[in-house]
Amino acid sequence: MKELFPLKQVMGFVFSLVLTAVALIAYFTDMSFSLGMTILLLTAFIQAGLQIVVFMHAGETNDKKSIYTNIYYGVLIALITIFGTLLVMVWDM
Amino acid sequence: MDFFNRFAVPHPSFLIYGAMVSIAIAMIAVVVGITYFKKWGYLWREWLTTVDHKRIGIMYLIVALLMLFRGGVDAIMMRYQLSMPDNTFLDSQHYNEVFTTHGIVMILFMAMPFITFFFNYLIPLQIGARDVAFPRLNALSFWLFFMGAMLFNMSFVVGGSPDSGWTSYFPLAGNEFSTSVGTNYYMIAIQIAGMGTLMTGINFITTILKMRAPGMKLMKMPMFTWSAFIANVIVVFAFPVLTVLLAMGTMDRLFGTNFFTTDNGGMDMLWANLFWVWGHPEVYILILPAFGLYSEIISTFARRNLYGYKSMVASMVVISIFSFLVWAHHFFTMGQGPLTNSIFSITTMAIAVPTGVKIFNWLFTLWKGKIVFTTPMLYSILFIPLFTLGGVTGVMLAMSAADYQYHNTMFLVAHFHNVIIPGVVYAMIAGLTFYWPKMFGFMLNEKLGKWTAWLLSVGFVLAFIPMYITGLDGQARRMYTYSESTGFSTLNMVSFIGAAIMAVAFALLVYNIYYSIRYASRDIGSDPWDARSLEWATHTPVPEYNFAIIPEVASTEAFWDSKKKGHELFKGKIEKIHMPNNSPLPFIMSCIFFVFGFSMVFSIWPVAIIALIGILACLTYRSFEKDHGRYISVEEIEETEAKLRGAKK
Ligand code: HEM
Ligand SMILES: [Cu+2]
Repeated sequence: MKELFPLKQVMGFVFSLVLTAVALIAYFTDMSFSLGMTILLLTAFIQAGLQIVVFMHAGETNDKKSIYTNIYYGVLIALITIFGTLLVMVWDM
Repeated sequence: MDFFNRFAVPHPSFLIYGAMVSIAIAMIAVVVGITYFKKWGYLWREWLTTVDHKRIGIMYLIVALLMLFRGGVDAIMMRYQLSMPDNTFLDSQHYNEVFTTHGIVMILFMAMPFITFFFNYLIPLQIGARDVAFPRLNALSFWLFFMGAMLFNMSFVVGGSPDSGWTSYFPLAGNEFSTSVGTNYYMIAIQIAGMGTLMTGINFITTILKMRAPGMKLMKMPMFTWSAFIANVIVVFAFPVLTVLLAMGTMDRLFGTNFFTTDNGGMDMLWANLFWVWGHPEVYILILPAFGLYSEIISTFARRNLYGYKSMVASMVVISIFSFLVWAHHFFTMGQGPLTNSIFSITTMAIAVPTGVKIFNWLFTLWKGKIVFTTPMLYSILFIPLFTLGGVTGVMLAMSAADYQYHNTMFLVAHFHNVIIPGVVYAMIAGLTFYWPKMFGFMLNEKLGKWTAWLLSVGFVLAFIPMYITGLDGQARRMYTYSESTGFSTLNMVSFIGAAIMAVAFALLVYNIYYSIRYASRDIGSDPWDARSLEWATHTPVPEYNFAIIPEVASTEAFWDSKKKGHELFKGKIEKIHMPNNSPLPFIMSCIFFVFGFSMVFSIWPVAIIALIGILACLTYRSFEKDHGRYISVEEIEETEAKLRGAKK
């Protein structure tokens, strides 16, 4: 029975529902813009990670290494682009 | 009639009318020709619906060469306009259109398909695979790219060309200052072609990671495959920025959003910023495969293995990250503070280091080698000093304080042509000459080839070195004319002469192809250069399944070791081969994309919506289609093999 029941997936599903609910708080309650954004960004990134790892099986094949390298590389480039753009366009303008 | 007025060119001249007539005549001639020789069926079966990576590669090559011609004509027109002070050959508006088109055509529709041609033709052969990972996606990539390119080129005769530079900076490119549909073409045509490129990137990353022959570890891949791998990784992470950027630009122009406007909270400089977030990685996308080709050619004709394989790979991995760290060097003068400029100055200078490592590796490869001076080798040897000069001026430009002097002058123009022509264009011609016998079964004439290389280099030096000087003297880029008193005229005349010599060199290349088709020996075997990697291990012409038996690899230079050390490549026996089926869907879908793009450019919404539905219908059809490919039987393979072995003797 234990092997048949996809515990990991069900837990993942519940967790992603929780994340969605938490994100909705930002819309339905009256909070400051920056707090709202922080909640949205955090839940969004955790959600994305969850989807990739649990539901898209990122770590379950022998391609594990290249998949994770790709993801880390992508995250790095995204961070560079965002913070670099902020630096150029806002912080140091 | 009102409806049709919008398709007229807003700023016509006899050149444009001439082009219209000649395009019409050429199109009629092609259609009549194909009908007369009854080639429609052949064209449809063998080319338009093909999913074979070799044929798709050749189609990329054809587009690249056509676009090289188009961009080259633009170049000559500009150089002629500037060859004399106060010249009236082109007026300012035409000059703007010409330099805009020249830049886009050369980078996106000439250099990009040229490297994609090498990706397509070579990678599966170099890694011992039978096709790419997603053959049908590959066909879609090509056709989307093709339709984007054609849509862009249409702007010349229908509605007017874009005229705000290949960089298309806002607010100039906004509706207020660019009133014709030209910039719509820019946004939408590049978007369509860019989608194709993004798919190519994903396709080749997967191919290289998943489809290598047994035994070919990552660190045993040929250097071109490595360079292509890194280039495609950069494609996958840089092109989404362009996609988003163009989508935002399109919305600003067509739907009245305010991303890049100067009021309502728009940030016009954000365009420049994001453009270069894509744009700088883009120049490395172009140069890395070129480096890969030089590596193959230099080790083949120095008759030894590449010096410093590991450092070559390491430097490219470093470049893949660093190329995303330097973009602001394209707008040091935009007004950001000294902190930003210093950071980007330093990263830019740092990226010259891995590039330098590669130069030294090639020099060390040559050092102990027994050099054979063939045409591809001649290009590679000419490349090293000329490219280094461009790299050095790049480092000059990288100093942000000094860049206030160089920026937007001819000095900058000299820099990037100095890296792109000896870097990319030479590599393309060298690679084409090198792989020509593999593709077509005969070699290009060596004597004519060397003449071309020398002429091209003399022309290049005459055309571009003077620009360093006039640039330092203050000649601005993108100015359509200057007065006698500036003193720029002599050097600009020299530039024009250089450009004309380069044109002669390209004509000689074309003549070489013609000459070799007629006279070259067809009896050259499958390894005429005595080369080193797997692509030379199969027959010429390459059978559609590439390798009857998948090779087993034990070293970086598998084919060389099989020739010299007796390693056995093809173990096992022939089995039936699974191949993908041809499909008309990529072509049809891309045609609908063309219609969609065209109606978007002219804001003809009903047609755009219908086309969009058509695209979705194609996607849906594909999702439910069952296509399990087909098998080539053992008898058929043996028959082909016997025939090819006979041909190669
Ligand atoms: C040693 C490495 C290099 C350095 C340090 C370097 C540096 C620079 C800098 C600082 C600029 C901006 C100058 C200005 O706008 O005032 C620039 C422009 C440019 N570079 Fe390079 N570069 C290097 C290599 C390359 C390579 C390999 C390519 C292409 C294959 C390339 C293509 C370009 C292009 C196309 C532009 C101008 C784009 C435009 O404004 O239209 N560069 N480079
Ligand atoms: Cu750059």
